[in-house]
Amino acid sequence: MGADHEIEIPPGGCHMCLAIPGKIVEIASDNPNSALVDVVGMRRRVDLGLLEDDRPVPGDWVLIHVGFAMSKISEVDALDQMRTLEMLGESEAAIQEVRGYGLEEVADKQAP
Amino acid sequence: MKYVDEFRNPELITKAAEEIRRLADPNRHYRLMEVCGGHTHAIYRFGLKDVLPENIELIHGPGCPVCVLPMGRIDDALAVAAQPDVIFAAFGDMMRVPGTNGSPLEHKARGMDVRIVYSPTDAIKLAKLNPQKHVMFFAIGFETTAPSTALTLQRAKLEGIHNFSVFCNHVTIIPAIRAILDSPDMRLDGFIGPGHVSTVIGCRPYEWIAKNERKPIVVCGFEPLDLLQSIVMLLTQLKKGESKVENQYKRVVPWEGNRAALKAMAQTFQLRPYFEWRGLGFISQSALSIRDEFAEWDTEQRFHVPGIRVTDPKAAQCGEVLKGVLKPAQCKLFGRECTPENPVGALMVSSEGSCAAYYNYEHRKVNLLTSISV
Repeated sequence: MGADHEIEIPPGGCHMCLAIPGKIVEIASDNPNSALVDVVGMRRRVDLGLLEDDRPVPGDWVLIHVGFAMSKISEVDALDQMRTLEMLGESEAAIQEVRGYGLEEVADKQAP
Repeated sequence: MKYVDEFRNPELITKAAEEIRRLADPNRHYRLMEVCGGHTHAIYRFGLKDVLPENIELIHGPGCPVCVLPMGRIDDALAVAAQPDVIFAAFGDMMRVPGTNGSPLEHKARGMDVRIVYSPTDAIKLAKLNPQKHVMFFAIGFETTAPSTALTLQRAKLEGIHNFSVFCNHVTIIPAIRAILDSPDMRLDGFIGPGHVSTVIGCRPYEWIAKNERKPIVVCGFEPLDLLQSIVMLLTQLKKGESKVENQYKRVVPWEGNRAALKAMAQTFQLRPYFEWRGLGFISQSALSIRDEFAEWDTEQRFHVPGIRVTDPKAAQCGEVLKGVLKPAQCKLFGRECTPENPVGALMVSSEGSCAAYYNYEHRKVNLLTSISV
């Protein structure tokens, strides 16, 4: 979000309905509900509060809806889901969604 | 064709298509409803109708939250946001949705403070960054997004964020399915159940459909193969005269759903006695309001909300299309008065609405699977 709060509407289907696969990189030491997640090389904080019954650990894959990890999935299924988004023409929208998390405060970091 | 190479396992797709033809009784017409807007989008995107025999008809259901939101709710929120020092925060999906006097984006052009957030928690962050203003988060969605709003409300209360509230428009899928099944002009043979909603609610809430209504329902993923496999599962049940809840999307959907998400919703929300759905009218106990314990963070309890009602033009036949009585193009307004650029009815509002999907894909006629002989 720029200083003048310009709004760009990303293309594609309904973005709030997107399920975006991401890999847990680390969990905040001061907040067990805050995880750094890697989505195709982009890193953002997502909320783990809805997985308190089945907490993911670094290395686990999750499906993310509107900034919240909603389910744990296997790596194979995570890669499949990214492919599904590509086939649906929604991968760009998914990346834009993730980029928006945290009001874009966190600078993009490339995955190693 | 263009997209065929992109499909994983094209041979499995061919097999599933063959299986569907084998299972479908040529003397019977099958009407299957996909409840979720994401499925509607996928069905058109992949041109799946072209691999199905003509006697299998897919009816597009009510599962697009943007489409079913009455225009009056947008007008109500914009009326609150028109007050001094209020920031209207919403997902990008809401920005172009028309209110009576224009969309949130158009109101922004006229000076309203309108912001896109990608997560409800970012609306809290916005409130912290703007302590002199009040941030109203326009919450929308089925059970896929409602738990995130619930946790956000809990965090706002816990952290004592007082310049933040939620204008709650969350709806629940089961009463909408019930309303469609209760409709006298409804004729359906089975349901392709929603994928992401079921991640939260699980499969049990659909059991009444199988037991009481005797309709099969298969919770389904979003790939072409998922959809075709689900249709195979539905046809298999119909052939045997069975009606069960089955889960084709086991890789993501647990039978019991997400208990933490359900708990967060139960702690924060209660059922509204009734709520209006565009295209379907008032449906009892079909939407969520914020519990009194969170009254300070409930826009509707904190601000004067005018309670505007806007009826859809009578000529728009959204209800009939939603119930599968009419195809999108059979509506009198389709493609003339009502287009994705200038939506009159609910189903043209979002790209996942059945009329918008039909409009966007039908004229392109992407016969994605035609090169696969079935």
